[in-house]
Amino acid sequence: MTTPLEIGAGETALFWILAPISVIAALGLLFARKSVHAALSMIVVMLIAGVFYIANEAPFVGIIQIVVYSGAVMMLFLFVVMLVGRDASDSLIETIRGQRLATVLVTLGLVALLTVVVGQVTWGGAVGLAATNTETGNVTGLAYLIFGRYVWIFEVSALLLITAAVASMVLAHRTRLAPPPNQRAWAARRFREGKHLAGLPAPGVYARHNAVDTPALLPDGSISELSVSRVLAARSQVASPERFADAQDEIEREIEEGSER
Amino acid sequence: MSLVNYIYLSAILFSIGGAVVLLRRNAIIVFMGVELMLNAANLAFITFARMHGQLDGQVIALFVMVVASAEVVVGLAIIMAIFRSRRSASIDNANLLKA
Amino acid sequence: MTFLVTAAAAEPGAAPAYAWLLIGLPLLGAAILLLGGRKTDSFGPLLATGLSWASFVLALPLLFAMLGRAPEDRAVEHVLYSWIRAGSFQLDAGILIDPLSMSFVLLITFVGSLIHVYSLGYMKDDPGHVRHEGHTLSAWEESRQPSERRRFFAYLNLFIAAMLLLVLANSYPLLFVGWEGVGLASYLLIGFWNHNPAYATAANKAFIVNRVGDMGVIAAIMAMFAAFGATDFAGVGAAAAEADTGVLVLIGLLLLLGATGKSAQFPLQSWLGDAMAGPTPVSALIHAATMVTAGVYLIVRSAPIFNNAPTAQTAVAVIGAVTLLYGAVVGMAKDDIKKALAASTMSQIGYMMLAAGLGPAGYAYAIFHLLTHGFFKAGMFLGAGSVMHGMKDEVNMRRFGGLSTFMKITWITFGLGWLAILGVPPFSGFWSKDAIIETAFIGEGIRPWLLGGAALVGAGITAFYMSRLFFMTFHGKRRWSERDYHPHESPPTMTVPMMVLAAGSALLGLILAWPFAETKPIVAWLEPVVGYGGSEAEPVLAIPVIIALTLIFVAIGAFVAYRMYIQEDVPTTAPVGSWGTQAARADLYQEEVNRTLFEQPGVALVHGLEHTDRSGVDGTVGGLATWIGDLSSRLRRIQNGFARSYALTMLTGVVLFLGAVWVMQ
Repeated sequence: MTTPLEIGAGETALFWILAPISVIAALGLLFARKSVHAALSMIVVMLIAGVFYIANEAPFVGIIQIVVYSGAVMMLFLFVVMLVGRDASDSLIETIRGQRLATVLVTLGLVALLTVVVGQVTWGGAVGLAATNTETGNVTGLAYLIFGRYVWIFEVSALLLITAAVASMVLAHRTRLAPPPNQRAWAARRFREGKHLAGLPAPGVYARHNAVDTPALLPDGSISELSVSRVLAARSQVASPERFADAQDEIEREIEEGSER
Repeated sequence: MSLVNYIYLSAILFSIGGAVVLLRRNAIIVFMGVELMLNAANLAFITFARMHGQLDGQVIALFVMVVASAEVVVGLAIIMAIFRSRRSASIDNANLLKA
Repeated sequence: MTFLVTAAAAEPGAAPAYAWLLIGLPLLGAAILLLGGRKTDSFGPLLATGLSWASFVLALPLLFAMLGRAPEDRAVEHVLYSWIRAGSFQLDAGILIDPLSMSFVLLITFVGSLIHVYSLGYMKDDPGHVRHEGHTLSAWEESRQPSERRRFFAYLNLFIAAMLLLVLANSYPLLFVGWEGVGLASYLLIGFWNHNPAYATAANKAFIVNRVGDMGVIAAIMAMFAAFGATDFAGVGAAAAEADTGVLVLIGLLLLLGATGKSAQFPLQSWLGDAMAGPTPVSALIHAATMVTAGVYLIVRSAPIFNNAPTAQTAVAVIGAVTLLYGAVVGMAKDDIKKALAASTMSQIGYMMLAAGLGPAGYAYAIFHLLTHGFFKAGMFLGAGSVMHGMKDEVNMRRFGGLSTFMKITWITFGLGWLAILGVPPFSGFWSKDAIIETAFIGEGIRPWLLGGAALVGAGITAFYMSRLFFMTFHGKRRWSERDYHPHESPPTMTVPMMVLAAGSALLGLILAWPFAETKPIVAWLEPVVGYGGSEAEPVLAIPVIIALTLIFVAIGAFVAYRMYIQEDVPTTAPVGSWGTQAARADLYQEEVNRTLFEQPGVALVHGLEHTDRSGVDGTVGGLATWIGDLSSRLRRIQNGFARSYALTMLTGVVLFLGAVWVMQ
């Protein structure tokens, strides 16, 4: 029954193509400046891992890996990245003295240790799962194990999932201390404070463009800072209205020239 | 090529995941590093299952996924809570343990 | 009364159940007075006196019942309750009434009650608390002042109860409860005027010195428990008969240590002189008549032990002989009337201890002298109190003189006590002291000559210093001015007890040692308890010779005193005197000896310990703390609060661990 550890040429080719990619993607996790890129690298690694699972005669786990991990879990990550946004902590500059050097040394030590140990192991032959997968079927075999020998672990993991779901809801829940203000309340507050009675000026609206990041122009041609969100101002994502004003001026000038002509 | 290469790959991915945990300050990326380590372990399990010709390794890999997803859910919720109160996802800022 | 007698007689071998009331009544009085507060001010002293008398009256039917039984059936025991039960050991708290304890009960309740009566007069005007100069209290403030008389009588009752418990106990542990109780009462009463720091210190001194003796009693009880497995008198007595002599000597010496502490015997005698700080009735009751004789009681009660431990017995006799001379020498030089009497007490108790150390031949005489001494010494103390009462609390005898005409009753009663202590026939001291001297001369070799000689010389010195005291106080020239002092006789509440005690001083000896009886009544009375008390062997000198010698010594002593203190003028300020006088005046340097032997090494030890503590222990502890603090502040830097650092530490640990595992394979 025992066959050598060797695997076929097709799988070998697959491994040598995908393995370096997965390592590079993993390193991308280490070096990416933006968390979105890190998340995308992670998805690549997971997809490749799923492929490797399938190649390793574990089709069910491979599919689950792709669907659940790359699909669900990483989407969750992306959601959180979206909520948190860019953060100063994305920076790769190390703040703890000696942390980077020590990490590199320890990691290299770990790699060396694991490699050496794995290299020293006397491997028997590989049995392979082809027989099992064809006789009982991969999914059926797994089901026998999960609902048979490992049923208690299965039940406990179900409990764990439920607990985790409740815990995450508790953690994410935020109790409002007061009802959210509606338009009426906003108006009342404006009048009470006596400021911006007519509301804040709307952002710039131009003949061919309407954007919240572009400030409106006051009658004298200067910019109204009140017309753009403070968040955008803080992120220096306020666009300049100059080009729209210039374009308008240009059009008006051409019209004037045309009428004179 | 030998099946053992999968194990080597698993070891390398695991180590990279560890390095990510230690070097990145963004809690989300740190979390991804943890996930990477778990996946590396899963790869080893799957390979071992194939070597031994038994499905138990695959079952364990499934359970690891379950536990990992539970951990991700709670972990991300914690990150959100921290971000909400500190306006930062840097794990270095969460240093109330400091003496 | 008759029904009580019949009730007691109906049940032979057991004491009547009401016997505990002997102790209970005074204790109740103390409780009422101490807890009752100011409400008891008006009737408290009278109540206390009444309860003390009630205790005495209660003892009478017991006495009659005892007299109605055959001598060998006189010891009766009444078990109150099971006190200590531990494994095979069981101890009942009970009351033992036998001739020995009955003698004490009568002495304590009778003299104690008389002194209660005396105190009604003596403490009448005692403010008992500090009167600030130039500050008169308003009526309201006066009414708010705590009544110290109530406190005084409460302590007196407490003392009576504790002393009765001491002598009525049927076991050493219960005796020890009473032993400590009287110590407490003594402490409270010596320090009664504790607004005077010197008096408070005297109280502390008495308490602390007594603790040394108490250690001996406790150790003796422990030794009994270890050696015999019993601590009640019956059990110990039975076990002592066949016990190892070495164990008995050890127990005997430990008991002797306790006795020296309580009875102010050498070497624990130093507290008694200072104990005179207490009010005079206290000195009369506690520090002359009753409590200080508890040591003698302890020795006599432990007769089964001492009888089989000749070494310990000899030690008792030697201690007694040394103390009787010591006290006599100190008494010669004291000018403070109470301190002279205290020295005399010490000396007389030395006689008792000497007698107790002479074995079965002497026990009865020890108790005999104890009883007569209880009367005449209490009487003289009360007389001294009466003198002080009339002389504005002056205690310096050099400022007295010629008081006999002003205080006739005091003079006569004191004179009877004086004749008694001198041992002039037929007064009571003659019978008791002479019996002791005779017994001391019994024996072989040099021992009777040393002990008997000491007793004989002591009698002569006693005659000298007591005559000196008597003459300096009541005779000779007046060394006080009419302007400052108005000596007067004391009220009847004080003189009546003095007269009663004087009568006892005169007649008690004669009654108890009725010379025409075959055996002396006191000997016959105590015989069932302490064994045969008559002279088994003849003294080394013929008895008439001893009596004659004693009287000659007494006459010489009294004559010398007459020459020195009546025929010659007494200077109002004490002359410097010879080194002997100075030494005696300084209590033969007992304080200095104590200081050198105990205090200075103690102080040096404490200094050393303090130094060791500071530099050694504190240094070690502090150094360790500093070192750990330094280490911690260094370790603290590792705890930088960064999760990533911790994770790095973790991973490093994992790598090192795996590496170690790998290397070891």
